[in-house]
Amino acid sequence: MGDLFTNFFSGIIPMEAYIAVSLVMFFSGIYGFISRKSLLMILISIELILNSIDINFAVFNRYLYPEQMEGFFFALFTIAISACETAVAIAIVINIYRNLNNVEVDSLNQLKE
Amino acid sequence: MQYTSLILILPLLSFIILGLVDSKWEPKVAGTIGTAVLGIVTLLSYYTAWMYFSSADISGVYQRIIPFQLEWLRFTEHLHIELGILLDPISVLMLVVISTVSMMVHIYSLGYMKSEKGFERYYAFLSLFTFSMLGLVVATNIFQMYIFWELVGVSSYLLIGFYYTKPEAVAASKKAFIVTRFADLFFLIGILFLSFYTKTFDFGILTSGDATVFASAAGASFMGISLMNWAMALIFIGGAGKSAMFPLHIWLPDAMEGPTPVSALIHAATMVVAGVYLVARLFPVYDLYAPDVLHGIAYVGAFTSLFAAVIACVQTDIKRVLAFSTISQIGFMMVGLGVSGMGGHHGLGYMASMFHLFTHAMFKALLFLGAGSIIHAVHSNEMNNMGGLRKYMPVTHITFLIACLSIAGIPPFSGFFSKDEILSATFEFSPYLGATMSLIAGLTAFYMFRLYYGIFWGKENKQHHTPHESPFSMLLPLVFLAVVTLFVGFIPFGEFVTNDGAPYEIHLNRTVAVISVVIAVVSILLATVMYRKESTIPAKLGTTFAGLHKAASHRFYIDEVYMFITKKIIFKNISTPIAWFDRHVIDATMNGFAEVTQWTSVRIKGFQSGRVQQYAYVILLGAIMIAALVIFV
Amino acid sequence: MNFLSIFVLVPLLMMIALFFAKNRGQINFIAATGATILLILSGILTYLYLTERAAGNMAEMLFTADTVWYAPFNIHYSVGVDGVSVAMLALTSIIVFTGVFASWRIDPLPKEFFLWYCLLSIGVYGFFISIDLFTMFMYYEIALIPMYLLIGIWGTGKKEYAAMKLTLMLMGGSALLLGGILGIYYFSGAESMNILDIAQKTIPLSAQYYLFPLTFMGFGVLGALFPFHTWSPDGHASAPTAVSMLHAGVLMKLGGYGAFRVAMYLMPEAAHEMAWIFLILTGISVIYGAFSAVVQTDLKYINAYSSVSHCGLVLFAILMMNETAMTGAVLQMLSHGLMTALFFALIGMIYGRTHTRLITQMGGLMKVLPFLGVSYVIAGLASLGLPGLSGFVAEMTIFVGSFQETDMFHRVLTIVAASSIVITAVYILRVVGKILYGKIQDPHHEELTDATWWERISVVTLIIAIVALGSLPLWISNMIHDSLIPVVNNLMR
Repeated sequence: MGDLFTNFFSGIIPMEAYIAVSLVMFFSGIYGFISRKSLLMILISIELILNSIDINFAVFNRYLYPEQMEGFFFALFTIAISACETAVAIAIVINIYRNLNNVEVDSLNQLKE
Repeated sequence: MQYTSLILILPLLSFIILGLVDSKWEPKVAGTIGTAVLGIVTLLSYYTAWMYFSSADISGVYQRIIPFQLEWLRFTEHLHIELGILLDPISVLMLVVISTVSMMVHIYSLGYMKSEKGFERYYAFLSLFTFSMLGLVVATNIFQMYIFWELVGVSSYLLIGFYYTKPEAVAASKKAFIVTRFADLFFLIGILFLSFYTKTFDFGILTSGDATVFASAAGASFMGISLMNWAMALIFIGGAGKSAMFPLHIWLPDAMEGPTPVSALIHAATMVVAGVYLVARLFPVYDLYAPDVLHGIAYVGAFTSLFAAVIACVQTDIKRVLAFSTISQIGFMMVGLGVSGMGGHHGLGYMASMFHLFTHAMFKALLFLGAGSIIHAVHSNEMNNMGGLRKYMPVTHITFLIACLSIAGIPPFSGFFSKDEILSATFEFSPYLGATMSLIAGLTAFYMFRLYYGIFWGKENKQHHTPHESPFSMLLPLVFLAVVTLFVGFIPFGEFVTNDGAPYEIHLNRTVAVISVVIAVVSILLATVMYRKESTIPAKLGTTFAGLHKAASHRFYIDEVYMFITKKIIFKNISTPIAWFDRHVIDATMNGFAEVTQWTSVRIKGFQSGRVQQYAYVILLGAIMIAALVIFV
Repeated sequence: MNFLSIFVLVPLLMMIALFFAKNRGQINFIAATGATILLILSGILTYLYLTERAAGNMAEMLFTADTVWYAPFNIHYSVGVDGVSVAMLALTSIIVFTGVFASWRIDPLPKEFFLWYCLLSIGVYGFFISIDLFTMFMYYEIALIPMYLLIGIWGTGKKEYAAMKLTLMLMGGSALLLGGILGIYYFSGAESMNILDIAQKTIPLSAQYYLFPLTFMGFGVLGALFPFHTWSPDGHASAPTAVSMLHAGVLMKLGGYGAFRVAMYLMPEAAHEMAWIFLILTGISVIYGAFSAVVQTDLKYINAYSSVSHCGLVLFAILMMNETAMTGAVLQMLSHGLMTALFFALIGMIYGRTHTRLITQMGGLMKVLPFLGVSYVIAGLASLGLPGLSGFVAEMTIFVGSFQETDMFHRVLTIVAASSIVITAVYILRVVGKILYGKIQDPHHEELTDATWWERISVVTLIIAIVALGSLPLWISNMIHDSLIPVVNNLMR
């Protein structure tokens, strides 16, 4: 613990701190994905999950293999893909909204039975 | 004697042609073709008979001749069905009988059926029947006989049901077919047994008396009765079905719904004696290997004869009276066979039976054709609607009287000779049986003259129109058959037909002859007293023996028993439950499988809810559990 | 190109041609031409087969061809015929031919109907020419699938239910079969799935004990083995005419054919051990079907139950395991195929006119429909075993053959089965009496018109076949008998 504190207050943020943030974000995302009823909230939760992973990529790259750049690249890839995914998802959500006048997950049962 | 095959081929061709053209030709043309073809067949049969009976070898024994035979179907190495023609005394005799009666019926029908719809169909069926019946009698092996046996059954079915819009005719045809079919099942099983142990269907081998053929059957027994007895009894049941022996006789009276000439041909002269012919054909086998069955046949015949004679005394439908009389007379033939032994004097019963078959065919056909002539004039079958017809129909009257005298056993009419031989053979076998048969002969004379007086004498009923004599085409057969009936008794029958092929000279047994003539005359007098003029005696007797009278009028309720068995037991208690079982148990089980599958699917379909969030939750839980497993275990 | 493969190729070409057909005339022309070609081909095949045999070719299968299809699993496309298959191919051709004419005015979607119809016939033809277990099974499946659509779309009554039931039950059967076939292949240790190869090997008895019931029941379902027969009444009652004809006439024969070609031939030891179970089941089928038919009121149900009874006799005779009875079984397949097809064709034609199949609502039809009426009587007489028509020959061969087994068990069963001929007479005559004879029940029936030319072609062809088989049975019975000798020898091993 002492080590952590010294590092923190000496201006070097320890890796664990980043991971803690990312962990919180990840599980908030998971929790949101499972429990939220609104499609938009689910989408935002997915963004949270993706972003927490971005953080992990960047942090691991910076701390463990500082001379390589793959982690950063992957983080960038993920950001690009999540942007695309969000665009598609929003399009779907808007379509659903137009058709059903709401964006609740439970109301999407037309294809069942 | 290759030409004999034409005897079979011609009627078949006639059937096919008449059947195919159906109603495209003038009815008259069809009738003429049918009759002409049958004329040729008849001539061929006579020629065959003449050739055959003049071809005895030096010792006077008639040989078996097989002029024609081809393999039809092969079951196993030993068992194969041949179609062929076998000429021996009884088959030649039958050829003559069948072609003669059939010829007469063909001519008669030209007049009788003139205005009927379906005239061509009628002649087509007649040709089919003639073909099948001729094929039956010339069969070289028992399976060929079975084949034609079935074919005569079906032609009988078609002809009884000729008036197919009449419900009674349809029901009667169905009944006739099913009852005989039921008997045929036993016949078939009998054939299976017999052929399995003897390894042959062939009559020649079966009746040769060769003990090696029966070697494997002799030792075998089932339920304490030897297999040969079983087999021959089963075969006899088949014959009993066709020949209307008790208790399989119920179809014959109903079969009278068919056109009258058909009744004359099929249900009096030819098809119904097929059973007698079957027993005669296999006589050596019965005699050597199943004597008990043979005696049984005698008693069944005697009982049937008595039973039918009693019923015949109270029936009012003239065709029914004749039908019961037929049953009774066939009983006589069966008794003749049953009491007979092998060869020479012992073979008297056999010879007499065949003789009676021959004479009976003639006079019974005559009676039926006469009845047809009467029905044609009166338009009714009921005796109550008749009476005093002798003035209007002189030819029919005389010929009918000749036939009645013949069946009653008055000399010199043919029936006397044949019946007398049967009686003397029976007396030799057992005096009690002989006495019974004499009594039945008396009953026969009585009910025949009751019929005769009821039709031609008695009170004249007011008709809608005056009855008229029938046309020439109908009278010709009547006259011809009457002449035959008059003279045929003088044929020295024993010269031609005996069961060992050697001629046997008939001696008239004086005692028996006198007794039977006396009984006949007394019975006729009794009938004259009771029925010639209106009299109260019949009614009185009817009330005195009310129970018997009622039972006899209802044919001793045998039909009701059958109806009970078929309707109540088979339909209600077997078929209906089975059909129900099939739908509600077997099928329900199958549907049950489907329902169980569906139920299970409903129960587990929650897992496939389509809710991504739920999936994610489960995945997460699973991931955590796996992680926990990896870490802690 | 192997001669036999043409039988599969012709329907395939028909399908392609049908695809481009524009109107009903063209569709009918294509279907009729194709069916005629198939009929002629089967005639040629029979002739070639008999000449080849007469020339002394004693090989078990003739006209064989073998091509590797999928090497890793040793799957071959191998074809060949013996007398039994030749007879079955002839039967198939006759039924396909008459079925085309019976559906001359099929409505709606004639093109699609004939497309599926051709696919169905590909399956059936393929099954009979195959001697490789895998191709056999594949063709079997090809024959089953179109049935669902044919009944579901063109059927009458509860057609969806019936189609589903039929397909599911038969699929259940084929699932058993697949297990059986794979088991046979692995346990025999043969290099290929060719039946002739496997027959040389011996499958271990312990494996046979469960493979035999699997295969026999798998085929038995199709052969309407009690208690797996209930698809038959519902399925046949709902199917359109031509499909009933083909299904009862040919497809049910796949069961009997497969049962002896696969189950009996490849696993003779188990067949001996377990025959009694199936003998009892088939014995029940025979009597049970007949009794059920007695009280039915729907013409198609009567015929379906009668099929249960007659097809029961086929399996019954196969299980008797002697040459005569088995010859009888094949004859019965032919005979039943022809007469049941005739029955269904006639019922379809009568139904097309009266719009009812209930015998209580008909009567006196002989007067207005003489051609159909007479044909119905002929079919009925064939069914109850009148000599001169096909049923008699088949049944008698079966009974005589079965009776050669000497023990009490077989004897009693034979007699019980033989008694079905009486019950058959009862229900046949009941129907004939009710619908054809008597007075006309419904005044509308007075104006009915008799058969058209295409219906006549269909009916007359079948009647000719029935009469030919029934009156001149010797050559075909000998042809079948000779081909069964290897099978029986294998059983006696």
